[in-house]
Amino acid sequence: MSVSETYVRYRQTLSEEPLAIGVLLVALWMAWSLASGLLSGGIQVSSLASLIWDGLLRGLIIGLAGIGLSMTYSILNFANFAHGDYLTTGAFAGMATSYLVAGIGENSVGALLLVGAGGSVFGGALGIGVTTAPLAVVLGALLAGIATIALALVIDRFVYRPIRGESGIALLITSIGVAFALRYLLQFVFGAGVRGTTAAGSVPRVNVPAIDGTFRVTAHDISLVVVAAGLMLGVHLLLQRTKLGKAMRAMSDNEDLARITGIPTERVIRTTWIVGAGLTGVAGYMFVLWKGTLGFNDGWLLLLLVFAAVILGGIGSIYGAIGGGIIIGLTASVSVVWIPSEFGRAAAFLVMIVILLFKPEGIFAGRTTA
Amino acid sequence: MSETDESPTESKPSDPEAGSDADDAASGADLSGVMGTEADVPSADDGARYAPLEVEGLRKEFGGITAVDGVSFDVEEGTLTGLIGPNGAGKSTTFNLITGMLDPTAGTVRFNGEDITGLQPHEIANRGLARTFQIARELEEMTVLENMMLAPKGQVGESLWRSIMPMTRGSVREQETEQLERVWEVLDFFEIDHLAQEYAGNLSGGQRKLLEMARALLTDPDVLLLDEPFAGVNPTLEKRLLEHIHELRERGYTFLIVEHDMDLIMNNCERVIVMHQGRILKDGTPTEIKESEEVIEAYLGGEV
Amino acid sequence: MSASDVRARFRGLFERDVTLVLAVLGALYVAYILAGVVFGYGLRGQLNSIANLTFYIGVFGMLALALNLHWGYTGLFNIGIVGFMGIGIYVTALVSKPPVAEGGAAQVGGFGLPLVVGVVAGVVAAGLFGLLVALPALRLRADYLAIVTVAFSEIVRFTMMSRTFQTFTVPDTIDLWLFTIDPTADTVGLGGGGGLILNYTDPLEALLRTLFLWEPYLGFVAVVERTLIPNNPKPVIDGLAYGVLLLIGVGLFYLLLSRTGKSPFGRVLKAIREDEDVANALGKDTDRFKLTAFVLGAALMGLGGILWYSSRGSITPPSFRPNITFFIWIALIIGGSGSNTGSFLGGAIFAGVLYEGPRYFKNLVQAAFDLGDAPRNFGEAMAGFASLDPMPFILYTLDSVSQLRLVIMGVVLIWLMHNRPEGLLGHRKETASSVDLARPGSDGPTGNPAAADGGENQ
Repeated sequence: MSVSETYVRYRQTLSEEPLAIGVLLVALWMAWSLASGLLSGGIQVSSLASLIWDGLLRGLIIGLAGIGLSMTYSILNFANFAHGDYLTTGAFAGMATSYLVAGIGENSVGALLLVGAGGSVFGGALGIGVTTAPLAVVLGALLAGIATIALALVIDRFVYRPIRGESGIALLITSIGVAFALRYLLQFVFGAGVRGTTAAGSVPRVNVPAIDGTFRVTAHDISLVVVAAGLMLGVHLLLQRTKLGKAMRAMSDNEDLARITGIPTERVIRTTWIVGAGLTGVAGYMFVLWKGTLGFNDGWLLLLLVFAAVILGGIGSIYGAIGGGIIIGLTASVSVVWIPSEFGRAAAFLVMIVILLFKPEGIFAGRTTA
Repeated sequence: MSETDESPTESKPSDPEAGSDADDAASGADLSGVMGTEADVPSADDGARYAPLEVEGLRKEFGGITAVDGVSFDVEEGTLTGLIGPNGAGKSTTFNLITGMLDPTAGTVRFNGEDITGLQPHEIANRGLARTFQIARELEEMTVLENMMLAPKGQVGESLWRSIMPMTRGSVREQETEQLERVWEVLDFFEIDHLAQEYAGNLSGGQRKLLEMARALLTDPDVLLLDEPFAGVNPTLEKRLLEHIHELRERGYTFLIVEHDMDLIMNNCERVIVMHQGRILKDGTPTEIKESEEVIEAYLGGEV
Repeated sequence: MSASDVRARFRGLFERDVTLVLAVLGALYVAYILAGVVFGYGLRGQLNSIANLTFYIGVFGMLALALNLHWGYTGLFNIGIVGFMGIGIYVTALVSKPPVAEGGAAQVGGFGLPLVVGVVAGVVAAGLFGLLVALPALRLRADYLAIVTVAFSEIVRFTMMSRTFQTFTVPDTIDLWLFTIDPTADTVGLGGGGGLILNYTDPLEALLRTLFLWEPYLGFVAVVERTLIPNNPKPVIDGLAYGVLLLIGVGLFYLLLSRTGKSPFGRVLKAIREDEDVANALGKDTDRFKLTAFVLGAALMGLGGILWYSSRGSITPPSFRPNITFFIWIALIIGGSGSNTGSFLGGAIFAGVLYEGPRYFKNLVQAAFDLGDAPRNFGEAMAGFASLDPMPFILYTLDSVSQLRLVIMGVVLIWLMHNRPEGLLGHRKETASSVDLARPGSDGPTGNPAAADGGENQ
């Protein structure tokens, strides 16, 4: 290609995609404002590091939950709006287990199973934490996964399976019904109050030095990283070595070809739900352990960010979901450097909308193999 | 790649305001009058017929695959031209490139002397180049009548304000009433008037093909591109469809037909273009095609 | 068949729609009045109850009609309805709230323009935001459009809550090239998490004053006070009058949207819903049609939001959570998308049965039986089962009816998608044409009641 041709193409880009230019300008402005802020001391390196660390952890949760959403989105071909409430279910099931393990004997079983509904038991008093009650946390995380898998399979059997052949839109609308029913059943059982779940004061923490100060890393941060990394590695191995993995890879590499070779069998669908829901449940538990509070709306509030991550990474791509999750998490946290903090999530949505407009197949599409 | 005849330069100055003559078209109560709108087109003697559609060097790449590779041909006025070729020869892609459903990588499409390459499908349709789809795409949840009423060009009621404002709604109704007469005439012509109130989704495969063609005709086109109009149509209906096409051709319509069934094209078209692997293999009369070694080889699965 | 026969049959068909609407509304009102009798309501209580029911039938009916234009007609999957509603009422408030007096620093004021200006501004703003969303997003797949619209409505809510937009100080004079504006407003804003107090003229009063009906209205209230409701009847009558106003609003929405639907414009929208490529191949500039439909629907949603909240005294951001969007979706799916009559009926049934019904059911049970206090949480409710006593659980269930109605809505939505995806009332045929499509000159019935008169004489 000659130089002039390149130039012409460049000119064309300029004239045809004013929005792309806009995005570029915004990015330049952000870089400049960050650089000048850091140089002038208006933005501290340590607080920036703290924001990045926070965004990374948020991103891991979103990514972990995103894997499940991405899998069902590509295999079953619909956007599951109940996914956030699967996450909440996992969180409640896991926390109920943790409470039970940590508090059995001294408190009423009912109050423990209801995760202290109505202020009957407090997570802080039970000493919930990865160092203070490790068994409770491990069992809680396990049960979070198991309960969410069970829920997902039951819902699939009675809600989605009878209308398997319907359009993705019909399934999407149905999933809104599932989301409503699930969320408010959780509220019915566990109450509307947001409760503290961990002994926040006794979680070990270190202050990591960063040029002009320090930022805090807690034991729950570390456990989140360990669990997320472990599960992501596990999924990676599972998908590399199993039939489902092959189906998923075929799906994300060449959807049309995969379609021609036949619609996925019920067995593949079941495995998809098991893997996806398991990860989602654990993500929900780790989320609640990490942030230390639990409410019936938690999963729903996270759902749009998870969607953003999945779309960003390309629907059907496991690594895309993880990468997308981290980008979205970082955007939501770090964007407060440039904009008021109330708009952190709005910034993440905006990133998603921009991706949808310019690269609807996702930024990792075509490069990754699930 | 075969050499196509250079089209005669006697191109008719195109009328960009295609919608403007829709009104008098709509008012024509007499069917033959309506359907003969292009009687004014200069129909020269056989040697140098006017070619409303000219395709030159058309090329389309998907990723690394070249689906259409430098296709050039023209379609002469008032003829039935067939476009055939084995599966994956690039026929449907060529159709989609001509009608604006796809943007070509290279090449030009000229219609009535005007370069229409890369225009939007609706812009092309409004210039008088109508198409049907390979798998009939009727609008299922709409009745046959609604399907038909959709098609005419230049409907004033397609402006939201004209449709809802009391002062202008009268003119909308007036135009729709006129249009309706024409719709019923075309329904009668295609003998699907008994299905008028049915949902299009309830029609049989063949009836859908008839509906699609009737609908395309109502856009008042100069040239009709039919993508496999006989696929999935039973022999009785096929015969009827053919009769309709011949009758319309005699009235001055021009057809380009993509077809799988070689015999059908050979027996009905005066000119046949054979495509293979994205290129034009042969362009000529049915007799010439039948005698072509390359075509036989391509169809029998041989190498070119 | 004689012409009069045909006419009679036509009328029969046409009336069937009207009959259906009247039957559904009648059943709802009778049920509510009977419930009121059980509760021992006096006239005041009954009228309040009816006003309340009418209010929700009105707002859900309107919003379902607006959504039907997006989804039922054009196939645009908009789940950001509440964002447009919020923009509508917030802009109205901003424009029409009286300016704050000097020194009232904590208060957020407005520009103090007449309410009618505020309403128009709110509707226009909602339409403009519709344009803003639609311009880039309409080319997206349906599920992506859904996610973009719901994200949009959340961004709107974050903006309402934001401290950044809580208050602005308006400069004393604004120079606009040729003229200078001297706004009376001092501090305006969106009010942040605390929301806005809607301290403009009562909308009912504003409307009646414009129509020179305010004095007669007050006279009527006085008559009622003398004869029927002795003690301060105005709030009750206001509620009823506002309900009537909303029903008139529904009528106007219906008229506008059925005209839109029964026209060449509506026909193209339907074609886009069925297969956009075909519409395009038939020479229709589908982007333009989608844009127009989306903006019109968004503006109507803005108006719906204004009518819903303008008489409420105050607005706060939590009212504009996506739940309301889903309520309207459920209403539309109950009624059957694609049909305007169905949309209204869906809105009415949703309002009367699913939205307000459970609360009435709870009150009904509590009025019928003397039940005592409900347990505070699920644990105490379940504890009863240990001694084989289901009462605590039943009481807790009744007490939680406001949450459980959302569970019921979810289950109803699932049930509808399984069993009646075309709507509770079945498939409805509303032909997209301004004229009857029967063969001209023929006397044959078309089996097509909707086209009988194109909705001209509503």
